[in-house]
Amino acid sequence: MSLLTVNGLSVHSPDGRALVRDLSFSIGPGERLGLIGESGSGKSLTALAIMGLLPAGMTVSGSVVLDAPGMPATEVVGAPSRRLDRLRGRAATTVFQEPLTALDPLMRVGRQVAEPLRRWRGLRGAALREATLSALTEVRLSDPERIARAYPHEISGGQRQRVAIAMALACEPALLIADEPTTALDVSVQADVLSLLANLIAARGMSLLFITHDLAVVAGVTDRVLVMRDGTAVESGTVLDIVTAPREPYTRDLVDSARTFDEALNRRKP
Amino acid sequence: MSDPILEARDVHFGYRHAAPVLAGVSFAVRPGRSMALVGESGAGKTTLLRLLLGLARPGSGAILFDGRELDLRDRARRLEFRRGVQTVFQDPYSSLDPRQRVSRIVAEPLRSLGLGSAVADRDTSRSSGLGSAIVGPDVSRTDRQAEIRRRVTAALDSVGLPADAADRYPHEFSGGQRQRIAIARAIVCEPRVLLADEPVSALDVTTRVRIVDLLAELTRERGLTVVMVSHDLGVVATLCEDIAVLERGRIVERGAIDTVLGSPSHPYTRRLIASAPRLPSGRS
Repeated sequence: MSLLTVNGLSVHSPDGRALVRDLSFSIGPGERLGLIGESGSGKSLTALAIMGLLPAGMTVSGSVVLDAPGMPATEVVGAPSRRLDRLRGRAATTVFQEPLTALDPLMRVGRQVAEPLRRWRGLRGAALREATLSALTEVRLSDPERIARAYPHEISGGQRQRVAIAMALACEPALLIADEPTTALDVSVQADVLSLLANLIAARGMSLLFITHDLAVVAGVTDRVLVMRDGTAVESGTVLDIVTAPREPYTRDLVDSARTFDEALNRRKP
Repeated sequence: MSDPILEARDVHFGYRHAAPVLAGVSFAVRPGRSMALVGESGAGKTTLLRLLLGLARPGSGAILFDGRELDLRDRARRLEFRRGVQTVFQDPYSSLDPRQRVSRIVAEPLRSLGLGSAVADRDTSRSSGLGSAIVGPDVSRTDRQAEIRRRVTAALDSVGLPADAADRYPHEFSGGQRQRIAIARAIVCEPRVLLADEPVSALDVTTRVRIVDLLAELTRERGLTVVMVSHDLGVVATLCEDIAVLERGRIVERGAIDTVLGSPSHPYTRRLIASAPRLPSGRS
């Protein structure tokens, strides 16, 4: 049984344009899927639709079923927000591209990480403090006590994204949706955050939906990819198949482009 | 080796009560050798570019243009510098005035640098291609308009945009096309150097390839030298001959890009190269 089953998902804008069209895929427990596409491909809207977080005015049709262990299988499309609140955080949760907008600028980092721990695990007082610090340690933040006391603007972009990851993992979700989680970060920080994500997900046996425009980034994180363009699925397969033997012209164009810059790095003689 | 067009000589820059933004930065941009300024956020790349553009002045040290210290207070030298050194910014959505037609945007350097003025007229020594058609001050207004129009069309053509793009507004174009418009504006006055701050990082990868191809073509066919600020080693390796790696305001390594990327000597350069995400090759 799949953890996430998306079937015939379509999203229309308020003026009736189809932004996502008849999209179907599924993710099993412990599986990692990359959703790759360029701007306007509908990849981020797909993530929002799975969480039931689409902007007002958008209409959704089709089906998104989340079936997390210990919870009844739930149809997200058309579900009342009370039922979705019970899913969010536990069945599925999201890490967004820009950690500065994901964090509350007026609240110390420690309190923001503590909030889901308090709500879901019912922790209070010293136990809550302990759990907060261990959540920050788990995302490999050195000096977690200082970070916990800091406001978001007082820490670096990489540290903020680690905090956002710690918050997302606090409720031990079955599925993590990561929407361009490293695009706003420097390359060396990106490499660190990607390996952190991969390790945490493997250690917890979580499923991952990783959304990105960057083939090289997704190649290091997921096993399968789904290529999207203009709201529809173009092609799917293992990362290696897509990168070495793309079948569709669009995928070939995408791979060739990524390959151009990749090979420029190879050409350099030692 | 030919004389540098632009040079930074022991440049320092900083704000009061803060760590220096740039410390002891020296390098030279030589004609025909496009140069990459590479580093992570806070390394001082953009500040360095602002100094090279004359938008800020170094605290100590000097920026040299054609071997002489950059002095933008002198009008004649300022015009000469602006004609020789143009720029393209990262975000093609904020760098074009949304209320002006493309023709006006692209023609802006021609107007502000005084096409038809005495300064432009005097500067016939470097005439080649489009630049040969400098119009004297006595030429009538209509002729000047026609000349501007002709140059704008030629610039749009060389960045691969149709002539009818001139009559449209920026919002009618995609991100990649807007960046082409920005490049057309930069090359319309036939500069020798193009300073580009992350010119492709806001673009999709397929578009990115096309814009880098365009820049490569301009360097080949117009003798343009590009100075590109970027964090993307793949992009700069495709386009540039030389590289300077900046870390926290200092150049930690510089030289021919083949050598620096092929056998980096500084640990920071090695870390940057190791961090670049790579495609699985699948070929064994």
